Amino acid sequence: MTGGGVDLKPAQADAEGGSLILGDEALILPAYVPPKARSLLEPHRLFLMAVFALLVFCAIWFMRWDWLPKYALRLVAGIWQTLLMLFSTAIVGFLFAVPIGLVQVTGPRLLAWPAKIFCTVIRGTPLLLQLWLLYYGLGSIFAQYPEIRSSFLWPYLRQAWPYGFAALTISFAAYEAEVMRGAFAGVPRGELEAARAFGMGRFTMFRRIWLPRAIHRALPTLNGETVLQLKSTPLVATITVIDVYAVVSRIRQDTYLTYEPLLLLALIYICLTGGLVAAFRFFERRIPTRRA
Amino acid sequence: MDGLFPTLQLLSLTPPGWGGALIAGLVASLELAVGGYVLGLVIGIAAAFGKLYGGPILRDLMEIYTTLVRAVPELVLILLLYYAGTDAVNQLLALLSMPAVDISGLAAGIFVIGVVQGAYSTEVLRGAILAVSPGQIEAARAYGMSPFQVMRRVTLPAMLPHALPGLANLWMIATKDTALLAVVGFSELTLTTRQAAGTTKAYMTFYLAAGVLYLAVTLVSNLVIAVIERRAKRGTPPLGATS
Repeated sequence: MTGGGVDLKPAQADAEGGSLILGDEALILPAYVPPKARSLLEPHRLFLMAVFALLVFCAIWFMRWDWLPKYALRLVAGIWQTLLMLFSTAIVGFLFAVPIGLVQVTGPRLLAWPAKIFCTVIRGTPLLLQLWLLYYGLGSIFAQYPEIRSSFLWPYLRQAWPYGFAALTISFAAYEAEVMRGAFAGVPRGELEAARAFGMGRFTMFRRIWLPRAIHRALPTLNGETVLQLKSTPLVATITVIDVYAVVSRIRQDTYLTYEPLLLLALIYICLTGGLVAAFRFFERRIPTRRA
Repeated sequence: MDGLFPTLQLLSLTPPGWGGALIAGLVASLELAVGGYVLGLVIGIAAAFGKLYGGPILRDLMEIYTTLVRAVPELVLILLLYYAGTDAVNQLLALLSMPAVDISGLAAGIFVIGVVQGAYSTEVLRGAILAVSPGQIEAARAYGMSPFQVMRRVTLPAMLPHALPGLANLWMIATKDTALLAVVGFSELTLTTRQAAGTTKAYMTFYLAAGVLYLAVTLVSNLVIAVIERRAKRGTPPLGATS
């Protein structure tokens, strides 16, 4: 496993050998030769694909899948609930993350400190604990006050999803605020100075230059954070929100099957993750950048 | 104090207080985190070297491992591996006609967290190894060191400064991932908290106390990591310096 050393690509080795001989001229860098893309049809890949196909076939043939049609509709509803949870919390969380990140870069200390403490506390404790704190802790406190029980909010506060939504939003806001803080700080000073030289007001400068540039810088990280958020959504099933994970748990209880529903669940999440990554890549490509 | 927070005495360390149980839960959580993190590092080092220097089939297999583990929620992986792992061991023992063993929750939990952490640390370590200048590794090989000696004497120490931020991040994730084992019934800090809160009905008190414990772990870890990073970066030029 640890065998071999560095295998230098021939082009690279040539370039380095050349630099020894040519001396000064080595300062001219050789043109970049991209490594040859590895084809999917190499023999060992074909072999691996055959093994994989065999595994899938065995899974379909030897495992029980007769429950699938019965629960198909509920599974789709669960996936919809998962996606709804993901996108609503990601969007609202991001809206909170922008000001929380910004005040840490440029705000007065009175605002910067609470923002920093918020990020540290949320990022320092498990999401499951936060979720249960909100649902069981806050929920039990709400139930003690007749004013809240008689208010128009009570029908909502009695359900589970507002707590799941709140916990996921807070968590996403804290993690993303940290990313946005770095992104705001990383926008080159010169661009902001140029905007000021054009006579833009502070808000115009923020709207036209600072925020778009920061979001552009944060986009790859935003992609990763959104995937992490997708992987956090099944936690809401522990407070009785019926997402796809809860549906699969239900199937496992009904059918006494251990692995089949879980494998299907893993497959569903792999597909969702793949879709998210592909969508983000599409957006990243839409933004024009100057490439060297 | 007693009048304002009557539930605070529930946190006392001796029964009927639940403080001792919480501390025991914290210790279980830390055992899980340390065990899983170390196992993850071992898997990560092996898989990173496999990805960089292994044959084509090994590389593809490692790629499949890291991609799959990072695409599936930890909670689902924990359910799958927790049951499947213990099941597989017992089936293997049955094949060898040996009596089934009762695998402790701690061992199964460490295994699960290790497999998940391994996928993430593979990527961190792979990037860090690539940042070691090839000349150093070539020099080590020119001295006639075996691949294992090169790894132990040159590659691993030289990549450490590059890997530390990522590894520190993974340690934080490991401590927080242990909470997920509450779902499969392993009584670490979060599950103990839930039991204590459910029994005494003092939900806020216990969840806040557990939050403080987790936060303390994070803050202490931050301090330790800062010391280690300063030590590992001795002699390297500060970031952004031109030389």
